[in-house]
Amino acid sequence: MFLHRKRHGYRLDHHEKKRKKESREAHERSHKARKMIGLKAKLYHKQRHAEKIQMKKTIKMHEQRKTKQKNDDKTPEGAVPAYLLDREGQSRAKVLSNMIKQKRKEKAGKWEVPLPKVRAQGETEVLKVIRTGKRQKKAWKRMVTKVCFVGDGFTRKPPKYERFIRPMGLRFKKAHVTHPELKATFCLPILGVKKNPSSPLYTSLGVITKGTVVEVNVSELGLVTQGGKVIWGKYAQVTNNPENDGCINAVLLV
Amino acid sequence: MTTEDVERLLIQFQDENGEVLGSPFDVPLDITPDKLQLVCNALLQKDEPVPLAFFVRGEAEVVSSLGSCVKALEVETEQVLPVVYQPQAVFRVRAVSRCTSTLQGHTEAVISTAFSPTGKYLASGSGDTTVRFWDLTTETPHHTARGHTHWVLSIAWSPDGKKLASGCKNSQICLWDPVTGSQIGKTLTGHTKWITWLCWEPLHLNPECRYLASSSKDGSIRVWDTVLGRCEKILTGHTQSVTCVKWGGDGLLYTSSQDRTVKVWRAKDGVQCRTLQGHAHWVNTLALSTDYVLRTGAFEPATATINPQDLTGSLDELKEKALQRYNKVRGSAPERLVSGSDDFTLFLWNPAQEKKPLARMTGHSALVNEVLFSPDTRLLASASFDKSIKIWDGRTGKYLMSLRGHVGSVYQVAWSADSRLLVSGSSDSTLKVWDVKTGKLNMDLPGHADEVYAVDWSPDGQRVASGGKDKCLRIWRR
Repeated sequence: MFLHRKRHGYRLDHHEKKRKKESREAHERSHKARKMIGLKAKLYHKQRHAEKIQMKKTIKMHEQRKTKQKNDDKTPEGAVPAYLLDREGQSRAKVLSNMIKQKRKEKAGKWEVPLPKVRAQGETEVLKVIRTGKRQKKAWKRMVTKVCFVGDGFTRKPPKYERFIRPMGLRFKKAHVTHPELKATFCLPILGVKKNPSSPLYTSLGVITKGTVVEVNVSELGLVTQGGKVIWGKYAQVTNNPENDGCINAVLLV
Repeated sequence: MTTEDVERLLIQFQDENGEVLGSPFDVPLDITPDKLQLVCNALLQKDEPVPLAFFVRGEAEVVSSLGSCVKALEVETEQVLPVVYQPQAVFRVRAVSRCTSTLQGHTEAVISTAFSPTGKYLASGSGDTTVRFWDLTTETPHHTARGHTHWVLSIAWSPDGKKLASGCKNSQICLWDPVTGSQIGKTLTGHTKWITWLCWEPLHLNPECRYLASSSKDGSIRVWDTVLGRCEKILTGHTQSVTCVKWGGDGLLYTSSQDRTVKVWRAKDGVQCRTLQGHAHWVNTLALSTDYVLRTGAFEPATATINPQDLTGSLDELKEKALQRYNKVRGSAPERLVSGSDDFTLFLWNPAQEKKPLARMTGHSALVNEVLFSPDTRLLASASFDKSIKIWDGRTGKYLMSLRGHVGSVYQVAWSADSRLLVSGSSDSTLKVWDVKTGKLNMDLPGHADEVYAVDWSPDGQRVASGGKDKCLRIWRR
């Protein structure tokens, strides 16, 4: 076809006809779109819709380039005074959320904890039988094999009568607590064991296993309540097996 | 009954500059400050008795009786002992204790707040690009001034209280009329980076309050003519951001910058006089000993009434009054300048005369964010990110005491008009009022939900305004 064109040229009215045919395109297209029915119509309309969207986008893009756009950046958030401008924002723990909510949660005894389900530890795992007596027949003493916390003023019961032995080597006072938002870890002193998920017996003994909720002293962090009081105790949940690692890692419950 | 023979001592009253008052005379060792005050007042022959504080050998204050002071210092009782007397402010500002209102209205953090020189108006600039004027008698919003396009970083009242200048992060400066809340003149542009500080020319140099100095991150300082709305002078010389500019009462401009220097300029022709070097890191803040008096101009806090009034009188009268007050506070010594820096120290300078610092004040364990002289220029307070505020002697730079109590960095401090109380705002969202005489916490003001960015005490001593990240402006009263 092109060879023929090269040799013989175009028809005399070719260009005129071409121009007119092209201008009729719009009418023919709309006629088709109106008259089509059935599956063919559905497919066609879907395709046409996508086309139109693309067209609109390009038109808008062209328009934007023509007009000079006033910088419509809304003033960014995080306004700081002049003396803080050149400094990186100091990371700090956010202010405590409603004290009332916390109190309500405490009362209900339900908390949102990072580790909701922990493997319950049986008695044979946590407590080891100690045989006593002249013939080593009595077996009423137990020794705790997991890490535990005893308070400041702890004194042992008279050795002859104490049923649960908590070895000094397994007594810990500090925990490495991570603040979940700041991603910073602090070594904070433990104030007490709040709840051990395996058994209330362990809670009263002060046994710390994975999933135990402990109360830690957070005065180091410098948190303040709405009323202006400094917060010095918060709960944290233990995330590792302290008896295997030799240290207590916990995550702070905010 | 045997009467004890109390030891007697020869004392000589001296004022702060060393001039003697009267001749030496005999007093018993158990004399109390009240009796000393009576005697001194009689010698001074003033109409009304002025409250005075007495210091032995410039250091120890006579608190209970002269005897205890003498014993502590082991002074020789044979010689004449000079006792320095210092007049304290006649009026007494009472500590603020309650939050009377929370003014909401800003839609972003409140970054700066300032009372007008008479204490009649309160203005606050915020991250939502507006400057709001608040009516203090009803504690409600008065006007909202719109015109800035970015955070309003610093605001400054003219010393006659008739204009407010505000600078924003887009390096524009606008002037506002507090009565109508509308803009005066056109926006002043010229700086290329954000405005860090604004300072007006003192009233006693020019009662029209025409010239304004602005410092910016681009390292230059511009002096603007607010009447004509154009830039008069551009002072360049700093190589990094200029953090603070202060217009001194003797016609000198002091600027501090992140390039670790403080420069002194002559305001008339913009020529640099001196460069004060010594800091090892950014210089964050400057304070002049006459700051308070320059800020309040012709307004005398002792004459304040419950309802603050505008300043009345012709320009000349105002100028006279301002000049008198300025001379009284300045005394015979030239102005002193203190600069606080990121290198945890402060320097005390005599900028008009020497290049070398008078004293270097160390002790902070984190950067110093703000320094302020007390209104009577005797004390100096420095607020630092190490959660403490330190009080220093304003004359010699000697360390006096530390005020601890905050659990977060202390951002700003403000003195009460009688120099007895200090309020500080910090990142731990509380404000604390301190009694500087005892060094103890007077009042704890919790209530903000987030960091407190700006604090100001009204010159008539009645109110404290504080604004912070929680978008509220709180007013505290007694």
